[in-house]
Amino acid sequence: MRRWLTDPWRKPRLLEALVWGYLAWSVLPVAIAVWFSFNSGRSRSSWQGFSLRWYWEDPVLSVWHDPDLQRALLHSLRLAVLTTLVAVPLGVAFAIGLDRWRGRLAAGFNFQMLLSFVLPEIILAVALLFLFTNLLKAVQLGTTAQLLGLVTFQLSYPVIICRARLLSIGNEYEEAAMDLGASPVKALRHVLLPLLSPAIFASAVLVFADVIDDFVLVRYLSADAASEPMSVKIYNSARSSPTPALNALATIMLFSSLLAIALGFLVYRRLTRGERSQESTVEGFAAQI
Amino acid sequence: MATSEAPPRPAPPPGDPGPKLPHGRGARRASARAGAWRPRWFWPAFAVPGMVWLVVLFLLPFYVVLSIAFGAVDPLFRTPVPVWNPVQWNPFQFQLLFDRVFGPGGFLGPAFVRTFLYVVAASALCLLLAYPVAYYVTRYAGRRKGLLLVALLAPFWVSYMMRMLAWVNLLENDGMVNRLLVSTRLLAEPFPWLAGQPVTVTLGLVYGYIPYMVLALYAGLDRVDQRLLEAARDLGASRRRTFVLVTLPLSRQAILAGLVVTALPMFGDYFTNDLLSGSPRTSMVGNLINDAIGSPGQGGQAAALVLVMMVLLAVPMLGYIRSTGRAARDAGR
Repeated sequence: MRRWLTDPWRKPRLLEALVWGYLAWSVLPVAIAVWFSFNSGRSRSSWQGFSLRWYWEDPVLSVWHDPDLQRALLHSLRLAVLTTLVAVPLGVAFAIGLDRWRGRLAAGFNFQMLLSFVLPEIILAVALLFLFTNLLKAVQLGTTAQLLGLVTFQLSYPVIICRARLLSIGNEYEEAAMDLGASPVKALRHVLLPLLSPAIFASAVLVFADVIDDFVLVRYLSADAASEPMSVKIYNSARSSPTPALNALATIMLFSSLLAIALGFLVYRRLTRGERSQESTVEGFAAQI
Repeated sequence: MATSEAPPRPAPPPGDPGPKLPHGRGARRASARAGAWRPRWFWPAFAVPGMVWLVVLFLLPFYVVLSIAFGAVDPLFRTPVPVWNPVQWNPFQFQLLFDRVFGPGGFLGPAFVRTFLYVVAASALCLLLAYPVAYYVTRYAGRRKGLLLVALLAPFWVSYMMRMLAWVNLLENDGMVNRLLVSTRLLAEPFPWLAGQPVTVTLGLVYGYIPYMVLALYAGLDRVDQRLLEAARDLGASRRRTFVLVTLPLSRQAILAGLVVTALPMFGDYFTNDLLSGSPRTSMVGNLINDAIGSPGQGGQAAALVLVMMVLLAVPMLGYIRSTGRAARDAGR
């Protein structure tokens, strides 16, 4: 025992145990919640046998038959798709502009963009709520307001990720293309954008997954029950009238974002093929995130 | 989730020539020889949509918040009336807030103290738990590194609400935690975990935000040059001395970044508290804002609270922005 303790090259068993403990602690509660979404009884803590009752078998309370839950699910997906479609192009253009333009004004806007990244979400949510209810009254609370708010909040992801990538690309390839006679627009389309595509893609996946999860902004900017997505539904009923249907909803949500990430990872691997070894693909993708 | 790993590049410092693009008249002549040139507005044109977006939906909202916080109140409906002219701004909302925080019977004061205590405790716990994990993954994971990294990133893809819901299930009076504790005779009867317990709220915050800490620490520790550690060991330093004298000082930046990225969202959190406690005994500043938004006539107070929170958090926010800017400059050299 003593010899083991004083061996300077011993394996870090204690550390290893701690890591496994951490992983168990972070995954098990969620795994148990997923497991109970398949419970055949009403309880979320005692197991009464496997069933798909809370997914579609129950004629009233299951996710499939409860129009509220279904609407929430669709609304989450709608917001995620729309936000990605707006925020990513806007952010990529913004990143290219800020990176190449280097003015005092650009630095100021870069600062604003970073501020929107670190600002606690509730502050931006309250500010936007006041904007839409006091000044820009033409914007209705609901999907439009939620979309505008989410794009503002998510804009920093594509900008930060694309600027990091622009830093490693440099401008030599583009200059070479232009020296060979390409117009600025052509150099951009045929040289810079293909080189940027992994970053563009990674940020799209990130924005999509993050919007599905968003709660604070969408809750304040929602108009009524029809514009409340899944996260708000879970919040509203977690402490009041819980049935495993709520777990089922959360499970569907979990698998849809896992699917998005897995697809994203595969496409990312294709896009960066030849750039990095297989081993570090995960790390590269993780570093983007 | 982009940590200091992928920061943007700010304008180069004065004196640093940097890679210059053809700009201005001289540059135009120079690249005219090469066959093509970019008009002066070419790059700014890309930034314009984003700039307009930020002005309308980021700067303008804060002006509205100021106009409401320093504005008037409708005498009949008690709704806040924004005053757009800064000359007519009136600080009575802040006086009211001040009385409610510091005045006799100030019922908001404890919430500020509580927020501070919970966030400090939760961030410290996050650091203590996450550091060994991140350290192990960078130093000892070997071939399993990719897999472990995926496992560490997994919580990011699970909705925050679902992770809290999972704990609500476990901590209910007849939940698994209580049943386990009672059946092993550690507790005589079920403990009401979800009835306003500071412990539950703090641990909930740790569970919710620790992935950010793990990622920030991982990014920082992964950049530590392994050769320095080998050198220390070769020169006779023990494991512990190597860690204290080399690894720890080299990861100081990462620790600070991790503390900031976990603590900032915790300060604005109210939903963790609502789900895991729901009692005013544990309410935080985020809950005060949420309650003010939810109750009629309290809009002015909500605006004032938001501004107070921004001022209180200005130092960590600006510090973080500055340090990412510095890291980007170093990476760009």
